[in-house]
Amino acid sequence: MKRTVGALLRKELLVELRTLESVPGMSLFAVTTFVVFHFALNKSSVEGDLAAGILWVTLLFAAILGANRLFVADADQGGFDGFLLAPVDRSAMLAAKVITMLAYLVVLELVAVPAFALLLLGAPLGPALGNLVVTLALADIGIAVIGTLVGAMAVQTRARDLLGPLLALPLLVPIVIGGARATAPLLVATHSSGPAARWLLTLGLYDLVFGLIAYALFDFLLED
Amino acid sequence: MAALQLEGLARHYGEREALRDVSLTLEEGRTLVVFGPNGAGKTTLLRVLCTLLRPHAGRVEVLGASLPDEAWRVRGRVGLLAHEPLLYRELTARENLRYHASLHGAREERIDELLELLALRGREDEPLRTLSRGMVQRVAVARAVLHEPDLLLLDEPHSNLDPAAIELVAPLIGAGSGRTRVICSHDPAGGLAQADLVLGLRAGRMALLRGARDVDVGEITELYR
Repeated sequence: MKRTVGALLRKELLVELRTLESVPGMSLFAVTTFVVFHFALNKSSVEGDLAAGILWVTLLFAAILGANRLFVADADQGGFDGFLLAPVDRSAMLAAKVITMLAYLVVLELVAVPAFALLLLGAPLGPALGNLVVTLALADIGIAVIGTLVGAMAVQTRARDLLGPLLALPLLVPIVIGGARATAPLLVATHSSGPAARWLLTLGLYDLVFGLIAYALFDFLLED
Repeated sequence: MAALQLEGLARHYGEREALRDVSLTLEEGRTLVVFGPNGAGKTTLLRVLCTLLRPHAGRVEVLGASLPDEAWRVRGRVGLLAHEPLLYRELTARENLRYHASLHGAREERIDELLELLALRGREDEPLRTLSRGMVQRVAVARAVLHEPDLLLLDEPHSNLDPAAIELVAPLIGAGSGRTRVICSHDPAGGLAQADLVLGLRAGRMALLRGARDVDVGEITELYR
């Protein structure tokens, strides 16, 4: 299983490095959205709930862009068939795709969060950074699992560009709610408390539930 | 021992029947050549035999394993050379082969052997999208035999190959490979020359099943009319 996941990850990384189809698009989308918000809100800075809402909605849509591309090379170039012909555990593909999606999200956030701080955020980001990273990490796991599951479903259909976001958005709403509620207290100038533990717990539970659902369903998505 | 045993195999896509009541037995080490016009069910047959599609009716035994229940026993023992090369265009020939070798647990040295045999040295580190169709087909042949499969499923294996390349791939996927083979072909004379058993399909049904010695080219050509 480890060897298979390693081979899949190496392949994913090489394909993305050569095509640059996902991560640059996701990052550019996020930065552009922040610029649009900057002008549309006509505010030099935002804080609290509004700031958290803008950050999470932007990250969510950028993530959906990546999830939609996650299986395209496999579907279009026979990668699914090549994988299915091998005597390997199908869950290896789930694991590799979730890790790939997580890597995409980390790179996205390395670009998007500083851009957000620069273009929109009124409060200093430094003191909140540790707690923000924990919240982002918990949310990223859920986004990666759901994105992988939905990407695998959507890519088998002709309307994959439409179906992916339509399936993903309702499933990702609880993550946005949890992420935004946990982050809002961090994005104020005089923040004194960390993220509310119950929202972090909600994100963790959501990750666990969808991790189990994805593990149970993924084989069926690949099979005829 | 029989490598393939089919009894009443049927497969459909929604309402459309792609295969119906296909029955045959192929002994180990023999070659079955499948003829039939476009849409006759040849590719569907190959995809059922390699476990990518489930049979919807009938009994299917491949290499002693009953499909679809024992599909896991067949995977890794079958080499599929399909219409699509099943390779990533952005990866090089070597990277593609290394990826498939990892999935199949094949030796790393086998990659070098195959690159040498298929005269791909010097081009093995270029992305596949920069190679000609013939070269990509050679890489696809390497992928199909990388794990030394017992059964080869070949869908028009010589497409895009020039005569020199056909000679290069012969030891790997030709009669000399010693493997059981199922070949889909549109070349009556060339296909018949390779066959031990001939299957003719028309609209998913068996129109011809006979030993190759008892079939002439005219009968095969008739399938396409």
